[in-house]
Amino acid sequence: MIHSLFLVNSSGDIFLEKHWKSVVSRSVCDYFFEAQERASEPENVPPVIPTPHHYLISVLRHRIYFVAVIQSEVPPLFVIEFLHRVVDTFQDYFGLCTEAAIKDNVVVVYELLEEMLDNGFPLATESNILKELIKPPTILRTVVNTITGSTNVGEQLPTGQLSVVPWRRTGVKYTNNEAYFDVVEEIDAIIDKSGSTITAEIQGVIDACVKLTGMPDLTLSFMNPRLLDDVSFHPCVRFKRWEAERILSFIPPDGNFRLLSYHVSSQNLVAIPVYVKHNITFREGSSQGRFELTLGPKQTMGKAVESVLVSSQLPRGVLNANLNASQGTYTFDPVTKLLTWDVGKINPQKLPSLKGSMSLQAGASKPDENPTIIIQFKIQQMAISGLKVNRLDMYGEKYKPFKGIKYMTKAGKFQVRT
Amino acid sequence: MSSGSGFGDEKGGSSSVGEPEYGHDPASGGIFSSDYKRHDDLKEMLDSNKDSLKLEAMKRIVADPNQLIRASALRVLSSIRVTIIVPIMMLAIKEAASDMSPYVRKTAAHAIPKLYSLDPEQKDQLIEVIEKLLADKTTLVAGSVVMAFEEVCPERIDLIHKNYRKLCNLLIDVEEWGQVVIINMLTRYARTQFLNPNVNVKSDLIKSNPLGEKAFYGSDDEEGKEEKAEAAALAKRKPYVMDPDHRLLLRNTKPLLQSRNAAVVMAVAQLYFHLAPKAEVGVIAKALVRLMRSHSEVQYVVLQNVATMTIKRRGMFEPYLKSFYIRSTDPTQIKILKLEVLTNLANETNISTILREFQTYIKSMDKDFVAATIQAIGRCATNIGEVRDTCLNGLVQLLSNRDELVVAESVVVIKKLLQMQPEQHSDIIKHMAKLTDNIQVPMARASILWLIGEYCEHVPKIAPDVLRKMAKTFTNEEDIVKLQIINLAAKLYLTNSKQTKLLTQYVLNLAKYDQNYDIRDRARFIRQLIVPTDKSGALSKYAKKLFLALKPAPVLESPFKDRDHFQLGSLSHLLNAKAGGYQELPDWPETAPDPSVRNVEVPEWTKCSSREKRKEKKVEKPFYSDSEEESGPTESADSESDSASGSGSGSESEESGSGSESEESREESESEQEDKEDEEDKRKKKKKTDRGKVKAPAVESPERFFFIFSRFRFLILEVQRLASDSCSLRTSCRRWHKKTIAPSGSVKTYELLHRITGEGLGVEYCFSRQPFSPDAHMVAVQIMFTNNTNAETKNLHVEDPKLQSGMRIKEFPEIELLPPGEMVTVVMGIDFCDSTQAANFQLCTHIRKFFVSIQPPVGELMMPVFMTENEFKKEQGQLMGMNEISEKLTLGEKCQNEHGIVQRVTSAANVSRVPCGSDKECRFAGKTVSSGILVLVTVATKEERAAQLTVNCEKMVIGTMLVKDILQALTQ
Repeated sequence: MIHSLFLVNSSGDIFLEKHWKSVVSRSVCDYFFEAQERASEPENVPPVIPTPHHYLISVLRHRIYFVAVIQSEVPPLFVIEFLHRVVDTFQDYFGLCTEAAIKDNVVVVYELLEEMLDNGFPLATESNILKELIKPPTILRTVVNTITGSTNVGEQLPTGQLSVVPWRRTGVKYTNNEAYFDVVEEIDAIIDKSGSTITAEIQGVIDACVKLTGMPDLTLSFMNPRLLDDVSFHPCVRFKRWEAERILSFIPPDGNFRLLSYHVSSQNLVAIPVYVKHNITFREGSSQGRFELTLGPKQTMGKAVESVLVSSQLPRGVLNANLNASQGTYTFDPVTKLLTWDVGKINPQKLPSLKGSMSLQAGASKPDENPTIIIQFKIQQMAISGLKVNRLDMYGEKYKPFKGIKYMTKAGKFQVRT
Repeated sequence: MSSGSGFGDEKGGSSSVGEPEYGHDPASGGIFSSDYKRHDDLKEMLDSNKDSLKLEAMKRIVADPNQLIRASALRVLSSIRVTIIVPIMMLAIKEAASDMSPYVRKTAAHAIPKLYSLDPEQKDQLIEVIEKLLADKTTLVAGSVVMAFEEVCPERIDLIHKNYRKLCNLLIDVEEWGQVVIINMLTRYARTQFLNPNVNVKSDLIKSNPLGEKAFYGSDDEEGKEEKAEAAALAKRKPYVMDPDHRLLLRNTKPLLQSRNAAVVMAVAQLYFHLAPKAEVGVIAKALVRLMRSHSEVQYVVLQNVATMTIKRRGMFEPYLKSFYIRSTDPTQIKILKLEVLTNLANETNISTILREFQTYIKSMDKDFVAATIQAIGRCATNIGEVRDTCLNGLVQLLSNRDELVVAESVVVIKKLLQMQPEQHSDIIKHMAKLTDNIQVPMARASILWLIGEYCEHVPKIAPDVLRKMAKTFTNEEDIVKLQIINLAAKLYLTNSKQTKLLTQYVLNLAKYDQNYDIRDRARFIRQLIVPTDKSGALSKYAKKLFLALKPAPVLESPFKDRDHFQLGSLSHLLNAKAGGYQELPDWPETAPDPSVRNVEVPEWTKCSSREKRKEKKVEKPFYSDSEEESGPTESADSESDSASGSGSGSESEESGSGSESEESREESESEQEDKEDEEDKRKKKKKTDRGKVKAPAVESPERFFFIFSRFRFLILEVQRLASDSCSLRTSCRRWHKKTIAPSGSVKTYELLHRITGEGLGVEYCFSRQPFSPDAHMVAVQIMFTNNTNAETKNLHVEDPKLQSGMRIKEFPEIELLPPGEMVTVVMGIDFCDSTQAANFQLCTHIRKFFVSIQPPVGELMMPVFMTENEFKKEQGQLMGMNEISEKLTLGEKCQNEHGIVQRVTSAANVSRVPCGSDKECRFAGKTVSSGILVLVTVATKEERAAQLTVNCEKMVIGTMLVKDILQALTQ
């Protein structure tokens, strides 16, 4: 299984290594660096690189490459999924997973890695178990540790590893018992030049933050469960119950977790909440190009479209852009040719627009590609698919918890071709 | 550590470097010795810590009332990677495997691969532990033990039978990583045990399996039924009925498609792809499409697998066509894979939408992607006849694109398309002829020239003119273009010699003095062929036929074609090459093996399985029991082999059976079973007393110990790392190294005395390849005595050795008593003086004497030497000429890969592998035991299965014999 792990930062330095079996020399990463050099973009490094004696499987997260070294046949997704789990754990522990954060917490990092893999095979990857074994660093604890010389290793025996519900700690206590659920839907769409939809689909997740005392057993039911076409669950969800009754029944993990992710069936027409009018032209022989962009809301069911951000990768020939934004601010990076326009909230009475000219390299011929426009936005208090939670019930505990459900719609991979 | 001294003192002369024990290597001894001193303290610390820790750990494993401590202690112990603790580890694992806590048993399962990698000779004993743990009924253990099974003995599929149904039923509750391993293993298992569910449909499957699709969308309609009936009639077999166990597997894995873990989803998907009836495979498409929302690395792997699947089962993914549309923000490698999938999915109905998409892609800024798109258009055009003209027109339009790469790629693709129907497209050829003025990309120029040459009769006026222009620029062209110019000239000369004779001469003359020998060669060849001279051979008559033969159109096919012979989702599939340790997916059996092997009836079962196990042993490994015996004279091994020979064979498995039975009740109420086994009893009592003094722990709390152990594991790893880095632990490392290379279980056993001639006393011997500690110049020979009589045999000893001059023998201590049915193993040392002459001696019992002789194979006269690549090359350089023997050979079927070669060579001769930068060569080094003469072996592999074996050795006799032996091993 996994032999070693190397962490490589964006400038190509190995800043952390961990070996679970025998030591694999750092030089094995040279093959990785070679592949990195060959790839034009950081994300184009192939995830699996064969070398004469090993195989390197890497993932790129937060501009850090996590390079795992393996020696024999193992499903590549097994390693990739595990590496992502490692990153998620770091994020969970340190707030963010940057090189600085890892270096600051190097002891905890090694402790975590040691517990997560045993002889290269995953051992404890549930965040609840890990947190029992190794306490996440807090400022107070760090200070105390520095003074007293103690570490973050848990004082209690990690009984979670033994329980039938490994994702939940035992003996959880809260004074305020609360359970919050966020239904977040993302619209992935490709809109073509004329404004018609080429493909659009809705992907949703239900993220939960559950802080309940004891061993609560929750059930969550929907008004319209038929909308959910394809679902994937946190291991805590009882699959049989879902199959039979379309009800989510589960003993929740403690804290934040993703309960469910789903895909809304493709038969339903997807409402596209914004439209874009654009006119981007380059004229042959002239060193000027026109740029016009107008955004407007549509099918938003009366909700406001907020946090709108437009970005577009302009052709290489563009030297500069002189634009005028009716609302918000725009920036153009002349090196990467990336145009971003932070629009903010769309006011239906006064539609935001960005107009002006682009200057092109003198003498260069007209670029034959038109840029793609990528749009991000948020709509609060609405799930665009119309999914509604019916009720949330708790069994197994006596107290009355505080329950809350929030809906939100976001743009996923939302692209407009011009 | 002293056990490593056998390697140490080879040439006494090297003592000048100070530390004779470590200075075995004349070249670098000095460096190591100083290093060694530097890390002296480290080593000492490790040694002392280890011993006390080991004891402490051992004590805890057996005695601690807290399961977490027991588990932790085992984890510490198994993480110490030093061979001397192998027996202790073995004991600890066996102990823990029957622990009452499932968590400790899980830890035991985790420890198995660790011990196996430390000492592969423990395999047989470990398999027993695995067998026991496989019978475990808890979800916690299932994943870990299957992982151990896959690492240690993936070939022992017979161990799964009894546990198959249980594994299927537990699967959903096993932790996710275990699920992946179990599903992959069960896929392989099912392929050996069940019948192909698609066997009747196969005859209908021509390309895009219309039947399969029908059945998927509506199997109830009349048409579907008819077709099915037809298919069945066609196949003329008895109707296929799915084994209920096969169905069980499919049913129990299906919910896991909903897992949040991409690896689990992929594992189920591949299981369905390889095992499910066609009509049911469709369910995986949705789940795989969902994974496409995940991280780009996950997408990459999933798309690779989808690409393979779409070739065999296109219908499955057609409804999700739009999910594979490409976004400008996708990384290039993802774009190209999506393109591959889109191309595979293209058919008459959706081609127009796909082509419209492709049109957008061609405008992309990512030029690699554009090139791939053009290739994809070409493939669509060849596969779907209706759109060929549309595609061709589109591509021709691209010829006026501003980007040269786009144009070049289009030219290459157009060339391929035109080859299919050249007659109708002379205007396109004309158009392309004009392009030669502008296009600079060599591949495109070459393609155009080839086209013009090939179809010069369609463009009779333009072709000579193109040649004229090319002749002008000949010297500045790239090599591939030059070759095509010569080609064009030749073809024109043959069809239109009047106009082009001089031009051709000119081109050929230019080529004659080219710098590239390929071009000079080609020019010479073509001149001989086409220009009629009085000397020209018989071939020139056929020149026209040769050059203008009708060439078959190229087939543009997916690079993912036929990849499905690798198990999907595996690393080997992704790389399209066999990765080390890959387990081949077996073909379906013709007739189903007996399904009753999976029946589990508790009392029947224990007997049956042990009987079967024994049968298995006999069939597969004739030396099984011997190697078990030699592997280590630990108490447990002895007692088990005892029972194996006698009638008590059931006892061991019975024990395990009862163990697994009672384990649930154990956890619940302890008082019930106080009176069970005495061992258990003891522990219970201790537990009780412990519990008696509730809050007064003896010295330290369990928490404290847990803490200590987790710290120590960490420390050990770090210390070992440092130590092995700096070679201060060199001896132990080397031992370890050697051990891993020695092929497990392949130690050959020879007969010394047959039990009939020995009147009931059977004697066998083998070369254990361990250093013989009393005298390092002797070869250790392990001798196994079996008393098959009913009477005791006494005073076994060696007498009256008859040896060649110089040969010496170190007898084994006299065996005073060998009871009937017993077996005993001793080691004797023989100094063969580096010759293969037999050592003759008499074997005496209290009543008889037998004349016996031991003749060593040449490969056993040596022992491994550890050296670096550079040292190897240096030494090899000094052993050239007479001392070098090489032989060409054709590798046998089973040793075509590196692993196979290494295994064959190391089993033929006791040598160790030398690290090597090139993957075409395997190098091995050893030295003779008696006089320490170096023996260097090199196996260089070439194309196909050819290889060259080179042996460098000062003693030619040894060299020659070794070459013979290795040759035989490699060619088998």
